[in-house]
Formats: sequence, C-alpha cells, structure tokens
Amino acid sequence: MAPQGDPILEVRDLVKHFPLTQGIVMKRQIGAIKAVDGVSFDLRRGETLGVVGESGCGKSTLAKLLMALEKPTSGSVKVNGELVDVHKGSNLKRFRRNIQMVMQDPYTSLNPRMTVGDIIGEPYEIHTEVAPKGDRRKKVQDLLEVVGLNPDHINRYPHQFSGGQRQRIGIARGLALQPEIIICDEPVSALDVSIQAQVINLLERLQSEFGLAYIFIAHDLSVVRHISDRVAVMYLGKIVEIGKDTQIYDKPSHPYTQALLSAVPVPNPEGRESRERIILQGDPPSPANPPSGCRFRTRCWKAQEICAVEEPLLQIRPGTDHESACHFAEAHDVVHAS
Amino acid sequence: MKNPSVDTHLLPADSGTIGTEPLLAVDNLHVEFTTRQGVARAVNGVSYSLNAGETLAVLGESGSGKSVTAQAIMGILDMPPARIPKGEIRFRGTDLLQLSEAQRSQIRGQQIAMIFQDALSALNPVFTVGWQIAEMFRVHKGMSKKAAYAKAIELMDRVRIPAARQRVNDYPHQFSGGMRQRIMIAMSIALDPEVLIADEPTTALDVTVQAQIMELLAELQRESNMGLILITHDLGVVADVADKIAVMYGGRIVENAPVHDIYGNAAHPYTKGLLESIPRVDMKGQELYAIKGLPPNLLDMPTGCAFHPRCPFRQDNCVTDVPALHEISGTRSSACHYWREVLDGTAG
Repeated sequence: MAPQGDPILEVRDLVKHFPLTQGIVMKRQIGAIKAVDGVSFDLRRGETLGVVGESGCGKSTLAKLLMALEKPTSGSVKVNGELVDVHKGSNLKRFRRNIQMVMQDPYTSLNPRMTVGDIIGEPYEIHTEVAPKGDRRKKVQDLLEVVGLNPDHINRYPHQFSGGQRQRIGIARGLALQPEIIICDEPVSALDVSIQAQVINLLERLQSEFGLAYIFIAHDLSVVRHISDRVAVMYLGKIVEIGKDTQIYDKPSHPYTQALLSAVPVPNPEGRESRERIILQGDPPSPANPPSGCRFRTRCWKAQEICAVEEPLLQIRPGTDHESACHFAEAHDVVHAS
Repeated sequence: MKNPSVDTHLLPADSGTIGTEPLLAVDNLHVEFTTRQGVARAVNGVSYSLNAGETLAVLGESGSGKSVTAQAIMGILDMPPARIPKGEIRFRGTDLLQLSEAQRSQIRGQQIAMIFQDALSALNPVFTVGWQIAEMFRVHKGMSKKAAYAKAIELMDRVRIPAARQRVNDYPHQFSGGMRQRIMIAMSIALDPEVLIADEPTTALDVTVQAQIMELLAELQRESNMGLILITHDLGVVADVADKIAVMYGGRIVENAPVHDIYGNAAHPYTKGLLESIPRVDMKGQELYAIKGLPPNLLDMPTGCAFHPRCPFRQDNCVTDVPALHEISGTRSSACHYWREVLDGTAG
C-alpha cells in the first residue's frame, strides 16, 4: 500500500532534556542531557519512516516520546490532526490505542509468568471497548493466526517459543488494539540472521493488510533501506538529514550520513580493497554538553569556522533535492549501490 | 605432528607453516555438554585450519557451535559439563588437547589469545584498565609492577586510545564501548600471540565504531603477521576482511571456501539461503527470501543432514544420510549431497 493522504502523525520541534542534578538533600540542576533536541517530521498513513543513528543519538528517547511514555520538555505531537496532551488522562488513553510499539528484545519484553493469550489480550483489559470479554479469546487466536503462530498455542508460556516466535507474539500484542501507527524499536536486531527476514516479511505483509504506518528504528542500514519509504538520520538528538530512501542512500548530502553509509560492510567481497571508506575518529560527544553550532563539526572533515558559530538548519540545500542540516551539503554517492 | 615441546615460541616464527602443517589446525573436533535434559552435541566433527597472516571467518547462527569451537581451542571450556570425546587441535603440530593444564596456560594468552564480544562484562569493574593490561606482563613474564605499567601505557597507545598516560588509571565504566573493546584488544595482543580469536568483536558496537575496530585489527594483523579467527554472523563484515570462510550449522561445517568464491556462488543450501536473505537494493518492495523454520535443537538433532527440515532442495536420502564434507576443489568443500546442483543452480 502506497503512503497516501494527510499526515497521520505530525511531530514539531520535539525536545526532551533529562535534568542532571547534584546533591542529595538540596538537589539542584547542574545541566541537562539533551537526548532529543528539536525533532520535526510527518508520517502518512501506510508509510514507513526509518530512523537510523548511533547509540546515544536519541532514537529510543524519540520512540518513548511518541508513545507518551516520557513527557516532552517542549514541542508537540499531533495524531490525526489532534494534539496529544500528556497531562490529560482521557486524551492519552485514546491516543495510546492508536499508537503501539514493538520492542527490541523478545526475551525481556514478555512477562514469563503470563500465557501468550494473557499477554496479547492484556490491552483489552484497559481498552474494554475494543473487545467485549466473551470475544477476547477468539480475537487473540485470530491475532496469533495473523502473525503466523498456531492459535492452539494460546495457553503456552513465552519460554516455550523461540526468539523469532516471541517477536511475533510482541507484534501480535502491538496489533491487538488495531492501531494506525506502530513504532518498531530495533525489532529484528536480537534475532538470528535466518529469522530476521521472516519477521521483516511479516511486518511488510501486516502493513499492506492493515494500512499501518511504521516508525522503524534500527541500526542495520540495509534492513532500513528495504522497509522504509523515507529515512531520517539522527545525530546527538537532532535529525541531520531526511528524505526518500533513494535520496538518502544514493545521494547522501550530510557528511555524517556519508560516513555512516560508508562504514556499513557490504556483503560482497568484490572490490573491497578499492571501496571508499570514511572512518570517523573518536566517539560522539556527550549529549550533556554538545558542541556549539553544528554538533557534528568535532568529527567532520569539512568543518570550518562557520560550523562552530552558526547551527545549520534542516533545509533543502543548493544542488540537493532533500533536507540536510549541513552548511556544506553536497550529494555524494559513497555506496555505489549495485 | 609429534612435537610435545611447549616452548613453541622458540620455534621459527617467520614462516606460517612448518612443512605442510598449518599454524593452527582443528581436526574432527567433537564437543558435547551433559545437561539435565540429555547430552547436547554442540560440535560434531569440525575441521579447519589457519596459517599465519590469514583471516578465517567462522560464520553461523547462535547454537551453531562456532563459539564452543573457539573456546575449545583456547581451553576455556568448563569441563564438566563439557566433554571433548574426539578430535585434535594442533598448534604448530602439537595437539593441545594432550597437554597438561599447566602447559596449556603457557600457550593461552602467549600464543593464542581471544577477544570477547561484550567488553564490559569481560573486564573486571573493580580494577583499573592499566592494572588489568599490566597483569598480562606480571603473570606471564614476571615483570615488576612498574615495568608492566609502562608496557600497559605503550599498548594503549598502540590500540590508539587517546591520552593513554592519563587514562591508564581509569576504570572500565569510564570508557565508551569502542574504547573498552580497544582495551580488550590491547590485553589480547600484549604478549604478541600468533593466533588471535575474535568472538563477535563488534556485534555490540555501532557501525562507525565497528569500522574503527576492524581497521585496527587489520593493522595489528599486518604488523605482526597474526592468524586471525573471526567469529561472526555478519555477512558484511566477513566480506570485508576474511580470506576464507567456514560456515557452521548445527555443530558442523557445512561449507568451506575462499571469500571470493562463496558470495554469489554458494555450494550449500544454507549458505545460499543466508546470502539471499540479505536485503538488496534491486529487491525493494518485494518479499525477502527467508529460510523457513528454526535452527535445530541441539538436544534433538534432525536425522541425516541437520539442515534438511529447512532445506528447499531436500531429497529422500537427506533425511537418512549424513552428508560428508565433499571436496569441490583444493580450497572448497560443501557438506551437501547435492552440492553440484546447488552450485550450478539446477537443484530443487
């Protein structure tokens, strides 16, 4: 199903700072971890937005903010044109029905003492209007069938399933309330290589069947490319580049995106000696004290004086066709995709 | 073949092979674990060899036996529950399994060293990194504390930890993931080993840091002509650095090949399936190829070929006969009854 229509999710200038405090009795704030620092994007019905970036760049905090599991410091999230107010219980409950999450680790995100039927059916306890009590068992069995598990296994416990099957249980739980948006936070990275493809195929099938919109957070760039319509690249709490998958992968214009793509090992040994590789020096700076101006300038080979003074805005730059937050953005094919 | 001398570092180290004997050879190795549910045969007759300066990638999923083989080479398996009923691990012609524990601990760290996946849990949190690196020199070389510390700083420089002199007294939690892995590498290369086993060295790291670490390993390998065994499940990393590949499944090697031969031209259905399940640019929007089913249960291995329940090319004899590792050429082999058909694409 092709993405269509008005945005289903609108995120504007979303900011989350975690306070750093000192002292035990007299707590005072001495700074803040700027985990997410001004993120804006739209998501349309049936669309998949891939979010990539290194650990600590704020991907998972972004997921928590979208799920309203964290209160944003500032900024807004709109679902179907309606503002999400994290301080209002009824608003939040309705909103949460519409946006669900698939977690990374299927070993820790399922309660070992609950049967699969109870795990998948638990959302109905809270949102009783979706399924009356008598229907629940049938609904759960339908869900098991949808994700490719045997409906007769409804009374089994999580430990009786393999990693890939557990991830299917997590996906079934995400689908229970018939949401329009599902946030997948590294849904396949804990799985074996031969199982990853099965789960990705399942996610794609569910998307076309139910018209779901996905926020797909992952660090495996080839998986993100396969599943995403658009891709956002994050660095230290900000989106540094966003565009269609082909724009990001074939014509990356931000130096960080170029470095990230060139660092991904290509599963083809031909020409490996001559492949262009940009190896970044050092680690990302601390989000408690990000560099002035452009946050990437401390590791960037293009950095000049202006980068330390003026923060580059995320906008379409001359010579490129998608938004990039670099003063010296320049399209450059680093992968030479074949 | 018969050289019981332990002082192997006194042997000529300039050539990778002694006669025709490779630097390290694993021969028909079996490892089993006794558990309450029964005997788990984790490794069932694995053979591979490694020459100096060479990189061997051992590819496989969890439970394929790739790490257990490496632990057997290092001699760090807990025995019991583990048991090695059969097999040889020859290092410069000496069978390590015949040596006493004292003799093995001479080789461990000095001639064969290992890097683990999770550097944070492999380092001791209550000692400084300098102390932990220096320990290698104090224990194995009997150096004084002071001399060992100086060596530790030198090594931290060598693995490119910035400001090594200031950071030598820091604790593991004060370093980032990539820096911790560098400290692990520093410890493993401290005594100039001839074989380095890296068990998923970059799985827990980001891609940009992964690139740094792989580059560092390649450089150290060039400098000292080490043999490197890289255990991984990442087909991309393998394509980048390996000279030859051993693919493992269900405790056996299913395919052995030089790196340039295997990509795009696999001779075993499992390898073929793995390579085809990688998302490719020209396949966007289509369903990914997925190997059906689940990896085998070690306590209840399938009969015949361990891959047969998942194999798209399965024939009747695959269910009953265990395929031998058929030689395809001098450097390639495949454990499939129908490797010819798989190789030229006429299988199934």
